[in-house]
This record gives sequence, structure tokens and C-alpha cells, in this order.
Amino acid sequence: MKTQLGMPAFPEAAGRSTRDLRLRANLRHATGLIRERRAAAVAELADWERLRAAAAAVKDRTLRHLDHYLLRLEERVTAAGGTVHWAADAEEANRIVTGLVRATGEREVVKVKSMATQEIGLNEALARAGIRAYETDLAELIVQLADDTPSHLLVPAVHRNRGEIRDIFRERMGHWGRPAPKGLGDRPAELAEAARLHLREKFLRAKVAVSGANFMVAETGTLVVVESEGNGRMCLTLPETLISVVGIEKTVPTWQDLEIYLQLLPRSSTAERMNPYTSLWTGTTEGDGPRHFHLVLLDNGRTDTLADQVGRQALRCIRCSACLNVCPVYERAGGHAYGSPYPGPIGAILTPQLRGLASPLEESLPFASTLCGACYEVCPVAIDIPEVLLHLRARVAEGGEATLRGTRTVIRPARRHTLERTVMDAAAWALDRPGVLRRGQRLAARTRRLHPRRLPGPGRAWTESRELPEVPPESFRDWWARTRGGGR
Amino acid sequence: MNGYGSRERILARVRRALADVPAHERPADHPVPRDYAAVHGTRTPEETVELLAANLADYRARVHRTDTAGLPALLAGLLARRGARRVVVPAGLPPQWLSRAVVEPVTDSPALTHRDLDAMDSVVTGCALAIAETGTVVLDAGPDQGRRRITLIPDHHLCVVRLPDQVVDSVPQALRRLDPLRPLTWISGPSATSDIELDRVEGVHGPRTLEVLLVNP
Repeated sequence: MKTQLGMPAFPEAAGRSTRDLRLRANLRHATGLIRERRAAAVAELADWERLRAAAAAVKDRTLRHLDHYLLRLEERVTAAGGTVHWAADAEEANRIVTGLVRATGEREVVKVKSMATQEIGLNEALARAGIRAYETDLAELIVQLADDTPSHLLVPAVHRNRGEIRDIFRERMGHWGRPAPKGLGDRPAELAEAARLHLREKFLRAKVAVSGANFMVAETGTLVVVESEGNGRMCLTLPETLISVVGIEKTVPTWQDLEIYLQLLPRSSTAERMNPYTSLWTGTTEGDGPRHFHLVLLDNGRTDTLADQVGRQALRCIRCSACLNVCPVYERAGGHAYGSPYPGPIGAILTPQLRGLASPLEESLPFASTLCGACYEVCPVAIDIPEVLLHLRARVAEGGEATLRGTRTVIRPARRHTLERTVMDAAAWALDRPGVLRRGQRLAARTRRLHPRRLPGPGRAWTESRELPEVPPESFRDWWARTRGGGR
Repeated sequence: MNGYGSRERILARVRRALADVPAHERPADHPVPRDYAAVHGTRTPEETVELLAANLADYRARVHRTDTAGLPALLAGLLARRGARRVVVPAGLPPQWLSRAVVEPVTDSPALTHRDLDAMDSVVTGCALAIAETGTVVLDAGPDQGRRRITLIPDHHLCVVRLPDQVVDSVPQALRRLDPLRPLTWISGPSATSDIELDRVEGVHGPRTLEVLLVNP
């Protein structure tokens, strides 16, 4: 992940990205395709709503007793030959992983796509320590070769079309290892073949791999990685040392619980009955796979999120990306506008909670939604994203209590929202007084030719992302009083 | 490294964050409705096998049907058609399976390097079970399946499923039969990617050709 410091707030970033016609065409094509397929895959299961309710309940049970389950998980992983580390924040997680890689004497690692390691900026931290991290997921490879940032949870290069990907491969593969084959075309099968050849060498010689995990089973100490390409299997089985960095909320209590998520996740994310490869491992196995297994349990704002009784449901997320694919705002603005590895509706509630309302970017994210509710409808763990968005909007506008790095603090209202509140108060006052409202409306109608398209002064922020509505020549009340509805 | 300090710190943060959860609440007190289906629909055993075959084929696995007596000839034919010469096999593969094949079987052992495996044309294994509803074969590193890497590096995987015992209908049934302490690999079709324009393409890093042999007794 490139540094996200100084990222512009969502409205500015989206203002730019929505004018990028190629980006919009790429996104419209990709999300349209996956929406239809997901709906068909979900329709195959008559008990989808019951699976969804169970998935939410299991996650809630886990979250309400997270300390209990984390201790159980630690015990089981340790008993199975793994080593468990705890990282309170990104910096500590990076320090732990860097130390573990250094201890092996290796200078390169292969990586399975992982949201947690993007979140903590692990690749950059490793680079500073002189360790090269090779992304092996096809889309992550595209992003890494192009020195780009991911824009989708599942398909980080969804903003690129096949022609762009061919160009990136042709120009950049040689800098990272085996160059792209001569005369590389833009058929997806050819591009996949180029990635296979490029990464093969790295897989076969890799001694250390870094992964995340989709699930961790407290009862057994089992980790689960769900993938399609086989790069995950390569990383999880060929190297001698495996380091998995996993958010503490990825825990599920029992082995049986996997039956819920392994049915919901593939259909929600890639619209498949089952993804091509799922790897499950418990500690280490004599003679098969890595001899050393390290699990780094990551907090980095998750306990802060847990402390918010409304917002904590965001921790149920299984990163399927269904909410991105149905979101009208995501489809038009693209993932980069969200200024975080977590884009789309889930990002709009996760990023401000994990990082706190740290800058205008985080403050703007809860407003990056039309509240249409499509995200909630498709969410396989029933996160009521609109509810959390409204909750966070209130926190931004009115301030209130929040937990930041484990400490309860009082957030002050965001400055830009003080004006909005004043205007709303004034509006409430006028709406309560029919005479005042009538006089105001007439004045507005009479001066309508003079109205600007954008408000000046402090009102400018409001009209930066909206056209000022046109004021009709006459208010409804006046028109009714004049005609009684009998025409003009 | 102050890992232990962070352990206590994170656990303390979790407990503070959960101040609203009543102290007497035990994990099992929070209800989890499990009224979802254990199996989707009702099928005869033969219908289940047909569903497995259809779902495997839907995700571009090549599906073949035979019986125990016909298996050696089928395997021999498939390997010959592929032009496979060096074939890696797990130590516990029933010897008669390859009795008709004109190939050089190489038994998996720790001495084989990743590069040795990269030079193999094919791999032949059994499986732990197969799931009809999702078109999945599951390997658990049992004696007729071997280490995980042998079904990963070669480009051609032939996987034998013994009917009817090894076929289950659903994911819940599969999990009940699997041992979490064994390394598990669930395979649903050959390796694939949807990373280019969210369009599925078969064949990336894992075996690009997956052949599943459904074998009646």
C-alpha cells in the first residue's frame, strides 16, 4: 500500500475520478457482470437468508466474547506447532514480521493477497529493511508492477482493462524478474499465462511467505485461505517459513461454523459455488508444508471499532466485496477515491473506525453514500451499512464519545459541519413559522435569475458536489392559492 | 520484541470495549440460529454423483466415469493422450491404478525438490471426499494423496473419487467428515482467475488441467 497520508477527502477525489471516462467504463463493465452472476449464484441456495442470519450471529457471538476466543485460538495454534504474536498496531506488526523474515536470513518473500498487510503497509516496511516482497495474486501483481494502489477488495486492478494490463506487463515485468513473453496480446488467457511464467521462478525458490487468512477457527487453531489462482497454495505450502498476519476479528468459534462461511463467501465474492482452491492448515505438519508457522494477530483499530456498539458490526465483514459491486457511488467514483485499502460501502464505515476520524478524508467517508441500502441487502453477514453510516455521520457532525487506540475520548464536531448545523437550525425555525417561510419563498422566487450555480463563502462546501436546485417562479402554496389546482 | 505486553494490552482493550456485554453472559448464551439446510434438495445417490459430475464440468474439470476394473485402462489412456511420461504418485497410491500405464511413476518423497516436481508431466492421486453441490474434491494428504505440493506444481492432475462412499452432498456434510488437524486442500476445477475485468479464465498457477475420475466399485 502506498502511503495514504494527505489523501484528499472523498468529494475531491471522486470529483476527479468521476470524470475519468475509461475508469468509469471499466468499472461499469466489471461490476455489471459480477452483479448478475452473484444474483444467480445466490438464487441457487433457497436457505440464503438463513445462512446469512447464522453468519451474522456467529460473528456477533465471537465479537461479544473475543477475548475468550482469541485465547483459545492462541492455545490451539501453539499446540499445533505454530507461534502466536500480538500486534497492537501497524508499526508493531511490521516490526514483528520484519524481525521474523530477518531471522531466516532471506531477503525476499512471496505474498498471498492480504487486506491486513495492505492496511499496515507491510511491503513498504519490508522494503525499508531491504526485503523485497513479491505480490503473487494476479491483480496485486498488476498493481505492484504499475506502482499503483488497489481499488477493489477482491480484484485490486479492476480499474484496469485488458489493454492496460498488457501494457503494464510488457513494460514492467522485466524490472521485477522474468520479462513478459514477446508479442504478448491482451486476451485474459495470455495475460494469465504471462503471470504464470513470471511468478513460477519466484514460487519455486521462495523460502518465506507472508499471507493473511479468511478465517481462523478458535476451537482447532485452523487457518483458512480462500483463493482462485493457486498462488495461495504455492505460498502456503512451498516455503519453509509461513507468516500469517490476520486481524483479530477473523476468528470464528468452531470448525462447524466454516460450513456457513464457505457457502456464503464464494457466491458473494466471485459468484462461484466454490472458489477453485481453499487451503486449511493447523499449525505445522511433519514433512508437508512450512516447518515454521507464525501467526501475527493484528489489532490496529479493531478494538476501537469493537468499543462502538453500533459500529462494531463492521467487524463481521468477510471481505467478499459484494457491497462494492452493487454500490452506485463505488461504480462511479472507483476505489481510489476512498483513500484506503478498504473501498466502497464497507470502506466508508471501516476506515473511519479503524483509523478514527483522523483527517478530512475519514470525516468525509461516512458521507460517500446515497444510503440506497443495496450494500446491506447483499451483505452475506448482514452488516447494516446505512445504519453505521448514519451513526458515523452523526459523530462527525455532532461529535461524541469514541475510543482511539484503546482510550476513550470525546470527538469535537467537524468544523465544516458547524455551518450546516446552523443552517439546519435556521431551517427548522422557518419551517415552524408559515409566515416567515412564505415571505422567504417569495423573495427567493423573485430573485431566481440572480442565483449562482455554486454558493459563495461558507456555503461553497455544500455545492462543491451538488448543483444548487433551481427555484421555481412561484411556490406551491402561492400557486395553489391562485389556481386551487385548476391549471395555470 | 514486546509481544507479551501487546498481548495483555490487546486483551485488556477487548474487555474494555465489551463493557456492555453482561458479565454473566457466556459465549453460548448468544443465540446462533442454525436452521439453514444441511443439504440442498433431495437426491438419490446416483443423482448426487450426476450433480457432482455436472458441477465439476461446469468449472472446466474434465470428468470421466468408470469402475474399479476399468480404472487402470482409463488412467493409461488419459496419460497417453496427454503424452505424459514422468508421473508423480503418492506413496500410498494403489499399485494397480497405474498397472496399464506406459509411464515412469515417480514416488513422492522428501528428497524430491520443487524443481524436480516442476519437471513432472502429471500427478495421480485419490482424494478424501468430493462435494456434489459445489463440484469440489477435497485432499487431506492421506496416503493415496501425498504431500500438498505434488498436486500443485505439476500442470496436470488426475484425481480418483471412489463412488459412492467418497461423495457427500453438501459443505456441512463434508466438514463433519474431515479432520481439522490434517492439511486440507479443496479443489473446485482447475486454477482460475477473475482478475481481468472480473471475467473468469481457467489456468494460472495450479494444475491447468484437472481430470476427475468417478469410479464405481
